[in-house]
Amino acid sequence: MVSELTLAPPAPTWKLAGSAASAWRKPWFLAASAVLAVLLYWMLTNSTPAVLVYLWTWSPALLRGLSANIGISILTMALGTAAGLLVGALSFSPLRLLRVATRCYVQVFRNAPVLVLIYFTTYLFPFEVRLLSWTVPFPDWIKVVLGLALPASANVAEIFRGAIQSIPSAQWEAAHSLAFRRSEIFLLIVLPQCVRRMLPPWMNLYAGITMSTALASLVGVHDLVDAAQIASNTVARTDFTILVYFTLLGLFFAYCYPIACATRALERHHDRH
Amino acid sequence: MTVIDFHTHVADGDAAAPLVSLLDVHLAFDANAVLRGINLEVRRGQAVSIIGPSGSGKSTILRCLTGLLRPQRGEVRVAGTRVDALRSEAELIALRKRVGFVFQQYNLFPHLSVLENLVIAPMRVVGCERAAAERQARELLDKVRLTDKEKAYPGELSGGQQQRVAIARALAMRPELMLFDEVTSALDPETVGEVLTVIRDLVQDGLTCVLVTHEMRFAEEISNEVYFTEAGVIVEHGSAANIFDDPRSERTRAFLQRARGEGKRGRSVNLPHPLPLEFERLRFAF
Repeated sequence: MVSELTLAPPAPTWKLAGSAASAWRKPWFLAASAVLAVLLYWMLTNSTPAVLVYLWTWSPALLRGLSANIGISILTMALGTAAGLLVGALSFSPLRLLRVATRCYVQVFRNAPVLVLIYFTTYLFPFEVRLLSWTVPFPDWIKVVLGLALPASANVAEIFRGAIQSIPSAQWEAAHSLAFRRSEIFLLIVLPQCVRRMLPPWMNLYAGITMSTALASLVGVHDLVDAAQIASNTVARTDFTILVYFTLLGLFFAYCYPIACATRALERHHDRH
Repeated sequence: MTVIDFHTHVADGDAAAPLVSLLDVHLAFDANAVLRGINLEVRRGQAVSIIGPSGSGKSTILRCLTGLLRPQRGEVRVAGTRVDALRSEAELIALRKRVGFVFQQYNLFPHLSVLENLVIAPMRVVGCERAAAERQARELLDKVRLTDKEKAYPGELSGGQQQRVAIARALAMRPELMLFDEVTSALDPETVGEVLTVIRDLVQDGLTCVLVTHEMRFAEEISNEVYFTEAGVIVEHGSAANIFDDPRSERTRAFLQRARGEGKRGRSVNLPHPLPLEFERLRFAF
């Protein structure tokens, strides 16, 4: 009994040592420790390269710019999804006129360059809207959201239409013979299967739209690209300009890569079921 | 909800009238005539098989019975309802609550578990409580010998298991009439037997069944009445013994000979009688 007790404690330390040893071999852990070591060396010897100091001081402005891109992308997808589902549903309308109209909408906005659409909405809408005695400003970033939501909604409509059509007609037949109403079949049988099929392409679209938000800087929205341009002009050093645009790449990647990973995980999950 | 008595031949006052009758039914898809004057009758408690070559309109007959297809001419009566005259969704739903349909490709709802597949229609269409619907679903799973599969998803089951779930799903609506559309044609030979066993049980319980099938031996064993169709017409019909042992029509004779001959060639092992049965399979022909 006593000997067992005395023998027991060392086991956990062995386990800890084992997990630490395996963590050492992980590439991410190695890279992070290397970066940390370099930073520590610079801080201790006070020899940090000037370009990194500039990047550090400009990083809050850059992150604020990124938050504008993220905000625009989320709003665009919310708006585009709502409009796209509506347009997609209308494309099944018994009215020929509605079907043709939705078809045109989808074709026009899926095949238009995003930048043209952003210029289009920017110059089409006024700076401010007058409602009775109120003057409501119509900021540029909302115009960008609208400009991006047009192709987003056309794509969502197409994704939705494709998903509904991909549900075999046998599912409708089976549900009909179980005495479901058409509306019940759509809501209980077809739509839940559509959601699963739509999610991967929808997330691809989300990543694509997020990358397109970089165009917002061209119509004067203070986004990440705009912040980088201001920083680069202010600091006016070639090495900083290069570094800041690499940082931009890294930031967009850090936002879009997890979306792509989640999409692939969903596709794998879909395959299994 | 009325409890359906499977032994309806004693319960129903109008037992003399057939449960299903087709009178001179014509149906064409555009210029393509599929049914060219079908006459058919099924009495309560009977098992009726429809046999015949592929493309002879067998499945189309079943689809007319439950209003999935509407004939251009003729009368379709099911349990006193003129199915060919139904127009509104409510009327069709009233009919379909009483008729179960099992498909060749099972057509289970892939996003729902086995249990959910079985309870969704009783709950949403009939308005059963979940607890009651689940209790009934478990009883039906026992009946089709899938007691332990209620949490599985259709994609995780074999073809034979999926087909038995599909049968249980149709039974969950407590139909008076069950239609089986080539339910074993998509299955591996090993799993055909388990599905036929379930159907045999239903027939023995007295449930009225109409089967479209290529399993000649099975049709012969369970059917009260067999119809042979070819090119959209009923060539002949009669008791199983009549059709299989002593067909009047030369065309029936030729079809049966072909079906049996190919069945023998397609199967190398002779399975012991009585169970599992030996099933001739037309699709091995090609």
